[in-house]
Amino acid sequence: MDLKELYQEIILDHGKNPRNLRKTENFNKDAKGHNPLCGDKVHVYLKLDEDKKVQDISFEGQGCAISMASASIMTDLVKGKEEHEVKEIVKDFLEMIKEKDQLNNKILEENEKTKLMCLSGVKKYPMRVKCATLSWHTLTSAIDNTQQEINSENID
Amino acid sequence: MNIENIKKKFPIFNNKVQNNDLVYLDSANSSQKPQVVVDRIYDFYTKEFSNVGRSVHYLAVAATNLYEETRSLVQKYINAKDPNEIVFTKGATEAINLVANTFGQKFLKEGDEIILTELEHHSNYVPWHYLRRSKGVQIKFAEINSEGEISLESIEKLITSKTKMIAITHLSNVTGAILPIKEITQLAHSKNIPILIDGCQGAPHLQLDMQEIGCDFYAISCHKMYGPTGLGILYAKKKWLEALPPYQGGGGMISEVKKDGITFGDLPNKYEAGTMATAQVIAFAESIKFINQIGIKNIEKHESELTKYGEEVLRKNNSVKLVGSPKNKGSVLSFTLDGIHAHDIATILDEDGVAIRAGHHCCQILHDKLGLSATARASLGVYNTKDDIDKLNESINKCKKIFNK
Repeated sequence: MDLKELYQEIILDHGKNPRNLRKTENFNKDAKGHNPLCGDKVHVYLKLDEDKKVQDISFEGQGCAISMASASIMTDLVKGKEEHEVKEIVKDFLEMIKEKDQLNNKILEENEKTKLMCLSGVKKYPMRVKCATLSWHTLTSAIDNTQQEINSENID
Repeated sequence: MNIENIKKKFPIFNNKVQNNDLVYLDSANSSQKPQVVVDRIYDFYTKEFSNVGRSVHYLAVAATNLYEETRSLVQKYINAKDPNEIVFTKGATEAINLVANTFGQKFLKEGDEIILTELEHHSNYVPWHYLRRSKGVQIKFAEINSEGEISLESIEKLITSKTKMIAITHLSNVTGAILPIKEITQLAHSKNIPILIDGCQGAPHLQLDMQEIGCDFYAISCHKMYGPTGLGILYAKKKWLEALPPYQGGGGMISEVKKDGITFGDLPNKYEAGTMATAQVIAFAESIKFINQIGIKNIEKHESELTKYGEEVLRKNNSVKLVGSPKNKGSVLSFTLDGIHAHDIATILDEDGVAIRAGHHCCQILHDKLGLSATARASLGVYNTKDDIDKLNESINKCKKIFNK
């Protein structure tokens, strides 16, 4: 049952009640993402402290259950992490969604990885992969301060 | 009319799609192809292929005749006055771009106004937007009413002495509203304004009579009419095709080419530069014959009954909200489901073999107006049955179950 794998309870929960769906006050980094095919939009806000640790992260946007859940879980997991750790988690997640069977980073706890792996059901739905990855690419753009809106059509 | 027999003429329904019988509800996007059209492409390439309009050998002459036969068939089908009013393009998009580009070049200047509607597909907005950028023309949008319709008055009140073109859809691909194009054409002409109709959704479902409608331009998408992809048709009154400059330059569209000057060919060659979609044009004759065999009035009636049935079924389903409720409605059922995004709906329906479209359907202006980021859309063709609607409804109920609604 692929559908059950895609729409797991945790995805439905995060999709319905996204965590950190707000705008961080005094954010110091942000970026926007857009999927022109479906109209999904996301705006990620980051507040890094002096040690480049994520003090707060939030997002605004609208989209399907997959994209909202992905952004919600992402913001939950990277809070409190250092900037270079966030980048490693993002890289690991994107590689997993694309080709790998599992997450290999040493930063997340096992239970956090299990939570993130709930998004792996999307692999069987190539048209939906971009729903899951948009907020992650947007987070990278925010960290790198590219000032460029992420367009899901222009990324792998 | 026996729909099961008609359905049998479409080979796509012979095969399972991901182990399901295909419930194809995406015809507004593109229709499926009957066997006769598929066969015609195969036969042309295997037995009759040649380029058209150039060489004098047997195959070239035969292919040219077939190509021109389609033009005559289209002329009769839409009751145009002259076969030379039929121009083949790579799609309806190119047909509209052709008009916007050449008309804009020749007749428009800064401050001139073009009237569109909020229902327009991007293909009947973006080409005009280029003129906004290059020429400084203004674009005005006639507003929809609460039913998702465009009234004559909504257009009338936008007309000024600067209005130089009205470009509107025949049938909305989202709300299904059928516009009163004959009345709007009369209104436009009473003010000496030419009118272009985007007939992408109109042509596959409604009887067309260019002389009765009286419009100046009408754009058709062949792949939505049980025909091949890569082909569109621009109907344009002869006076316009004569007055407007060529769109693209190249082989086949010239009369004489010298180092110091070029003269252009006669109609319709002037607008058909380069090697055209020959096989598609020739195969499209079979699409027209297929429609004629059933009768467009019968298709209209069948689809209209099915649309009413679909509206009834979906209205009874509490969580479903239909988008638009026009009195005069084509076979499009756009809807939203409380708390479930259109993309999730489409994925879950797909699992049951129910193919619909989700998103803004190339109508962002309309979705912004409606305050919706995306809608789900089931659209019908001649091969659909009440059973398809019932399966759609069952799968919608499955969505609700998965999302605990």
